[in-house]
Amino acid sequence: MKAMIKSFKLFWSRRHLLAELVRKGIRLKYRRSYLGIIWSLLEPVLTTIVLTIVFGTLLGRKDRSFPLYILCGRLLYSYFSQATKAAAKSIRTNSGMIKKVYVPKYLYPLSSVLYNYIIFLISLLVLFPLGIYGKVSLSFRMAGIVIPLLVLLCMTYGVGLILATVNVFFRDMEYIWDVVLMIIMYTCAIFYDPEKLLKSGYDWILNYNPLYGVIANFRNLMFGDPFEWDRLLYSILFSVAVLLIGNIIFYKKQDKFILHI
Amino acid sequence: MAKKALVVDHVSMKFNLSEEKVDNIKEYVIRLLTGKLKYNEFWALRDVSFTLQRGDRLGILGLNGAGKSTLLKIIAGVFKPTEGTVKRYGKIVPLLELGAGFEKQYTGRENIYLYGSVLGYSREFIDSKYEEIVKFSGLRKFIDVPVKNYSSGMRAKLGFSIATAADPEILILDEVFSVGDVKFRRKSMRKIRRMMADGTTVLFVSHSTKQVQKICNKAMILEHGKVTAFGEVAEVIALYEEKNGTEDIDGGKGKMKKAAREDVTTGTSEETVTTEEETKKK
Repeated sequence: MKAMIKSFKLFWSRRHLLAELVRKGIRLKYRRSYLGIIWSLLEPVLTTIVLTIVFGTLLGRKDRSFPLYILCGRLLYSYFSQATKAAAKSIRTNSGMIKKVYVPKYLYPLSSVLYNYIIFLISLLVLFPLGIYGKVSLSFRMAGIVIPLLVLLCMTYGVGLILATVNVFFRDMEYIWDVVLMIIMYTCAIFYDPEKLLKSGYDWILNYNPLYGVIANFRNLMFGDPFEWDRLLYSILFSVAVLLIGNIIFYKKQDKFILHI
Repeated sequence: MAKKALVVDHVSMKFNLSEEKVDNIKEYVIRLLTGKLKYNEFWALRDVSFTLQRGDRLGILGLNGAGKSTLLKIIAGVFKPTEGTVKRYGKIVPLLELGAGFEKQYTGRENIYLYGSVLGYSREFIDSKYEEIVKFSGLRKFIDVPVKNYSSGMRAKLGFSIATAADPEILILDEVFSVGDVKFRRKSMRKIRRMMADGTTVLFVSHSTKQVQKICNKAMILEHGKVTAFGEVAEVIALYEEKNGTEDIDGGKGKMKKAAREDVTTGTSEETVTTEEETKKK
């Protein structure tokens, strides 16, 4: 308990730096583009249009709520993918700073995960117009999306910590992770109906994918359906596990980072 | 009156020389298979211990590769020593390779806030010091220009101005006076002197014994990672000059000095100035 209070105090003393790093991430992401932060709204809309046309035609789904269905999965997945990629590179991109002054190093992956989260939260605004277009009626269940969103944040930070640590020693991890992310994307039922897959005997693909648990619950709530508790619980357990593992290996290895960057 | 500022206790630092190169699996596997994964151990520092009181100014002398920068980085907290501990009493601000930690895409103004927060200052505090920082750096005209367009001298000026904006208890200076123009160097020297007068503890690395003599009250000599002398500045410098005077005996010395003398116009190379004096003494 004492150790926890102490580490929180240390964290609190560095809050200005964390805020500054988060600000830096957001600023630099859209620097020198004319539309700036508007891209965080425009980009998901444009990709959703493309995906709707492609998969709507392929799968013969003509209902007006299909774009919202795609967008839900697509937004959550792209946050996970961008934030984990940024976290994986965070130690290397900040090596200039790390070599000069002492800074608690977890702030770098943490700030990568957080600044992407803020951009992600802004981009969630796109759900409103698409919800209206899809004639999805407002329901009190929508308030529940806070839970999958929090689970997503924890999961992303946990995975980000692991990737950041591994990437310092094996830079190949960045490329391997790109491939893994692609596999994750296709196994998250973003642009297809999971029912077919669940009945086909390949249901384990979705059942063991912790990100699908988050996406499925988020989407359910957006469409006014209840939680899928077993999936949610699995995702929460997974998040706790990666957070633990991530923290342990990061703290064990962080003093060695400087020798490898 | 005498309060501890810094305690370095039996610090050793080991590097694995070949370890730094292996950063992909292929190379790692090849090394693993060929059995070349055994590292060359290199002790950059061996059992270094000393204590500084508040207001002490320590000059660290030593040849290239003696472990000076490693020691400073350990004290700054960048390296974690393989063995031993460092206790710091108060805020520590390192001036190592000034301006190298800047975000290049950021403007000067944004970097002031970023670098300030890295050093542990709050946004409000930087707000209150902002004017002073810009004024001291003399870069008002360029403050909204991305730092990637700055010259190295400009970066160093900005870095120095930010780092010394607050009054740290411990200041680490690694050859800082080799950057910036003469005017700025004089100005920064004045600032550091004022900070020292206020009781800031200073660690100072330089190849110039003259500078060390001017700034420091204590000095130490590092040789191959070991402390061979530690004490009052005059004694240590005498020892150092005696050592290096006898160590480099070569015929071309006189010629070199003549060439160096012609280079000295504004005292940029203080080292040659000292050696010149040495020859005069002789």
